[in-house]
Amino acid sequence: MMRLRACMTALIGGSTLLLAATPALAQEKPVLTVYTYNSFTSEWGPGPALEKDFEAQCACDLQWVALEDGAALLARLKLEGRNTKADIVLGLDTNLTAETRDTGLIAPHGVTLDGLALPLDWADTDFVPYDWGYFAFVYDSEKLTEPPRSLAELVDGKDTPKIIIQDPRTSTPGLGLVMWLREVYGEKAPEAWAGLQPKILTVTKGWSEAYGLFTEGEAPLVLSYTTSPAYHQIVEGTDRYKALLFPEGHYMQIEVAARLTTSSQPELAQAFLAYLTSPAAQKVLPTTNYMYPVRDIGKDLPPEFTALPRPERSLLLSAEDAARNRDDWIREWLAVVSQ
Amino acid sequence: MAGRRQSVGASPLVLLGLGLAAALGGAAALIFALLLTAGGGGAPPQWDYLGRVLGFTFYQALLSMLLALLGAVPMTRALARRSDFPGRLLLVRLCALPLVMPTIVGIFGVVAVYGGSGYLAAVAEAIGAEWRPQLYGLGGILIAHVFFNLPLAVRLLLPAYAAIPAESWRLATQLGMKDRDVFRIIEIPLLRQQLPGIALIVFMLCFTTFAIALTLGGGPRATTLEVAIYQALRFDFDLRLGAALALLQAVCCAGGAWAVWRLGRDMVLGQSLQITVRRYDGKGAAARALDLAVLALGALFLVVPLIALVLNGLLGLPSAASPESLLRAAAISLALGLGGGLVATSIGYSLAQARQHANARGWRRRAIWLGLTGRLGLFVSPMVIGTGIFLAASGRVDLYRHAAAGVITLSAIMALPFVLSVLEPAVAAAAERHDKLCAALGIKGWHRFLEIDWPTLRRPIATALALASVIAMGDLGAIALFGHQDMINLTLLLYGQLGAYRLDGAASTALILLLLALGFYWVIERVVGGRELH
Repeated sequence: MMRLRACMTALIGGSTLLLAATPALAQEKPVLTVYTYNSFTSEWGPGPALEKDFEAQCACDLQWVALEDGAALLARLKLEGRNTKADIVLGLDTNLTAETRDTGLIAPHGVTLDGLALPLDWADTDFVPYDWGYFAFVYDSEKLTEPPRSLAELVDGKDTPKIIIQDPRTSTPGLGLVMWLREVYGEKAPEAWAGLQPKILTVTKGWSEAYGLFTEGEAPLVLSYTTSPAYHQIVEGTDRYKALLFPEGHYMQIEVAARLTTSSQPELAQAFLAYLTSPAAQKVLPTTNYMYPVRDIGKDLPPEFTALPRPERSLLLSAEDAARNRDDWIREWLAVVSQ
Repeated sequence: MAGRRQSVGASPLVLLGLGLAAALGGAAALIFALLLTAGGGGAPPQWDYLGRVLGFTFYQALLSMLLALLGAVPMTRALARRSDFPGRLLLVRLCALPLVMPTIVGIFGVVAVYGGSGYLAAVAEAIGAEWRPQLYGLGGILIAHVFFNLPLAVRLLLPAYAAIPAESWRLATQLGMKDRDVFRIIEIPLLRQQLPGIALIVFMLCFTTFAIALTLGGGPRATTLEVAIYQALRFDFDLRLGAALALLQAVCCAGGAWAVWRLGRDMVLGQSLQITVRRYDGKGAAARALDLAVLALGALFLVVPLIALVLNGLLGLPSAASPESLLRAAAISLALGLGGGLVATSIGYSLAQARQHANARGWRRRAIWLGLTGRLGLFVSPMVIGTGIFLAASGRVDLYRHAAAGVITLSAIMALPFVLSVLEPAVAAAAERHDKLCAALGIKGWHRFLEIDWPTLRRPIATALALASVIAMGDLGAIALFGHQDMINLTLLLYGQLGAYRLDGAASTALILLLLALGFYWVIERVVGGRELH
């Protein structure tokens, strides 16, 4: 094993050196490396503003390493193990926290999280929540005049309207829907999937494909978030897209960050986690990540967000239950939907 | 075979090719060994499910390949026969675009034409027809795969047609051969030599993609093996299962390759003089009409989705990314693309020479082995390569610091199969013509490359470089693997936009990516390939 690794390293190292040695910049300030997902660090995401703001107060250099999504983050941490460069990992959700904790790489956050504005009590001492939202079906009000009023109506209704969902094997919203149906229907989830199946126009690899097909007009309904319409209102100035609120309740996604035990900058990492949940960072998130902030930021929350309807019931499995049952429930889903 | 055996010794280039092939093969073997010996996951794989997945993967890849070739052969024939209609060059260059297109962009292009609210549906509505296109299902997969691969097959097949000596055509006319005879006597042998390799590349591409199959196939019924690999590596972190599935995938592809190469053996172009190609055939009205119809259909099929993308891109311009970030991303795309293209072409050239050397000696097994190693990037799942690299490098090499080198290397490996498909036949044809002479005159090494090979191979090398650069430029896998905040190319920018609801802006980024690729391709072919066509 060790010899294999050494050979591999020699091969990779050799070719790397051979090709181009990127000049290493002399670093004077301490560097804080944050692993996150791609859209977080894009110029429309929260990354640039957070970086500028935090660097102004920390005398450090904040560096983002952007991966595809939350699942990719966990896989990367597992691959790199104790050798990881990351000081912070940002962008996992509660479906993935139990497994991430099992890597033994996550250090207690050590931040006082008083006065969070989450719909539930936050007891996790390792992961810090930084934004959250509800999964929901978003519909196009120009195409669909009488949308289903409940999950039951969607599940039991006729073969229309068509919906676009994501694959739970490759995407976190897709996994969220599997959990959602399981929370509402319990053991009867397979029957619910069977009812939903004729309405599924297609199942995509990720959120981007699904949302793109939806705005192209391929289907009037797509699995997304209750906060998605806020984007269309704020940026495009249109009320055309709305989220469906179901009385059965909506499954939540809480996005979290944590620091790593292997970090050489534990204080700096802790300071970043504290910053992330501070009002200064929280007011950046709604209009960049289009999710709810975890604190009450008062007038800094755009009126479009305040006006969004909120579900009466929030559904969320514990991290442990989610991790334990995920494989079985995906199989259950697959058995019905691949018929 | 024996008659062609030459006394040419292994040149440094051939040795380099052998060394590179050994390095590539060794690296792949090590990656698999690493993953297979790493920790396995929990749940045992569902074999019946995987069996169905494998069956479907095979089935759709085979159908996609057949359809792509069924379209590509008549289109290439028509393009070769009509060498001077207006817009021909543009059409040929447009054929390189699907290669640079991120999958998701291609999907949107196809949906814009064939989707529920696409152009086709609009036409049907306008003429009052009841019929509406049903995109999602096997049909959708096939349309998208043909859209991506038909132009590729044309691009790869066209140089072979151009290499048929003018004598053949003149002779055919003097002998009064009908179009049917021309096809039987000249083109069938050519196709027998060229098509297997092209079929293989298309088959492998369709075998290993999965976003298209999943999205346009309508869901989990259209699951390919790659989804299972993705899930094993990403969600389950079952490295052993992921590697085993990837190995299965690679074995299927390699098996296909082996069979194809055994079938398409020993068809070598004639040794006649090769000057410019002037065609005397196909002057009849029927032939003209046929070519016109084929070209019009082919162009329509290829260009309409492109037009949709251009229109969407133009409409999205007001919400495009800032000019600074677009410029920066474009510069990074070009630099990484050219880097990847140069590396791929250099490796590809030495591999092609090494393979030719082996072929000339009648070492068939070595030739097949060399051909397979060069195509590793095509049949080994990129997910597996990436995972293996990170596993191996962890704690030893700072991959983030050498990100540019990593991206260039990895995208070069991905582009290598396309380079080989262009260079292998060209190198074989050139060797056929010049080896005896060079051996007799004692011309070898650099001298031979500069005086003999470069002038003959300049155009195929340019085509290979242009293709590889464009492929490397559109690459997502490598840059998503190594990328960091200071290295964002157009593809990553586009995904960042898509993930942040900026679909309009993403459409304009896609348009810029396509235009840049078209220009880049044109410049490389022109500058490296020289002006005169032959």
